[in-house]
Amino acid sequence: MKRPVSQHRRRVLLRLLGLGSLFALGGCDRLSQSDWFPRLLGSAERLNLRVHRALARRSTLATEFTEADLSARFPSNGTYRPADADYQALAARGFATWRLPVDGLVEQPRRYSLAELRTLPSRTQITRHDCVEGWSAIAKWRGARLSALLDEVRPLPRARFVVFHCFDTMDATGARYYESIDFIDAYHPQTILAYEWNDQPLPVPYGAPLRLRVERQLGYKMAKYLRRIELVESFDGINGGRGGYWEDHGYEWYAGI
Amino acid sequence: MDAPHPIRRGFYRHRLPVRITHWLNFLFLVVMLGSGLQIFNAHPALYWGERSDPGQAWLATMARTDLADGERQGITVLFGREFDTTGVLGYSDGTPRGFPAWATIPGDRWLAMGRRWHLFFAWLFVLNGLAYIAWGIASRHLRRDLWVRGDEIRDLPHTVRSHLSLRSLRADAEQGYNPLQKISYLVVVFVLAPLMLLTGLTMSPWLDAVFPALVTTFDGRQSARSIHFIVAFGLVVFTVVHVLMVIAVGPVRELRAMITGWFRPRGPHG
Repeated sequence: MKRPVSQHRRRVLLRLLGLGSLFALGGCDRLSQSDWFPRLLGSAERLNLRVHRALARRSTLATEFTEADLSARFPSNGTYRPADADYQALAARGFATWRLPVDGLVEQPRRYSLAELRTLPSRTQITRHDCVEGWSAIAKWRGARLSALLDEVRPLPRARFVVFHCFDTMDATGARYYESIDFIDAYHPQTILAYEWNDQPLPVPYGAPLRLRVERQLGYKMAKYLRRIELVESFDGINGGRGGYWEDHGYEWYAGI
Repeated sequence: MDAPHPIRRGFYRHRLPVRITHWLNFLFLVVMLGSGLQIFNAHPALYWGERSDPGQAWLATMARTDLADGERQGITVLFGREFDTTGVLGYSDGTPRGFPAWATIPGDRWLAMGRRWHLFFAWLFVLNGLAYIAWGIASRHLRRDLWVRGDEIRDLPHTVRSHLSLRSLRADAEQGYNPLQKISYLVVVFVLAPLMLLTGLTMSPWLDAVFPALVTTFDGRQSARSIHFIVAFGLVVFTVVHVLMVIAVGPVRELRAMITGWFRPRGPHG
């Protein structure tokens, strides 16, 4: 190699190093603020969903634990006491007047009282709750199988998602918490509408009177303070259109990871 | 290593696939580390076992107001011992945060975006690593250049001693990878990187349902999270030592070799 080429190489090397440090110092921030880059990064979500779904059978259960494994203190994350007047009024009466409408794309819309939900086939499970933040806690949940409830209301063939509307207002925009799952999770044996936590009626910090458990996904999928269940073909028209409160704020709809 | 070419430009040391996967790996590691620290910051504490019981963290960072002067402090607790890490861990840039803004991707506290980076680049990191290993096997690069021979193991004391002298270190660098170097590369490729991947997979509640034995092997999800962090730290230490070695034996020479493939030995012309 002759000298000029080696000098050229040195210049290329310096430029590469410069580009690298630029990338490290703020380049990532600018990319994060752009439109296209987060969308590109988000393309991994569909891949993860497909791979995970291909690996698991529909009935593959999340690990269940024993009473000895229970967390001494189970954290309450997000809302721990909804300030909403309608919720407070229901809570004041011990949720005796609370009713859960199940509607949307179903043949037989229904309203359930807590007592009626307790007559549905139930499941009790001691599972590990994994938060998107990174912590884990173990608790015992008992609730109505969502599959049993769906069998009663009979989803229409067009229905693809189950949307859970909640009582808790999350921010100044007035947006209330909501979440959605597809039928693979909705009919999973461990997917329950929990009304008991550690053998007591579901306490307010954990979502009284009723919360969702989707044991193969992260905590934010497991909507608390359920107000209404709606079956839809698409969640495009609901709030931010991403299928959940945190999804509207940039988190993945598929939270199995 | 290819046979030395008896011409001015020296040896053809690093073949193209090695150079490409090396630099991609560097880029991906930086992104994985930065976005990983962003994710860590969402709950800057590490535990052992399945659960993250409050007060049971073996490592935690936090912000605290100093009672004496009312100043905000960053505190790191390691195995119950407290260290003042203001400005680096626990409290920096005027906010309570685990790792400081310069170390995380993105800089601000933004878990959703950190996860996007991490879960996208994880695929690239793994695919690049697999491509390197597949090529390394097919081309016999791993066998010829990285595998440690019996005589090299017997010679290990000599190699360790030669690391104490810059001159013999430089002379060794012209011969190809020395045994210590080979061992550290093999540990990174076949121990640390796979551990990183496997502990990362156990962070997924879905994959934990599919492969429960994996979580049990690591003694629980929170242990796996700890190991994920410790191994990441190990990769950082490796990279720092790696760069220090490159600087010690001749940064221009070594960088040029990893970019162009050609290694020019030290000669009378410098």
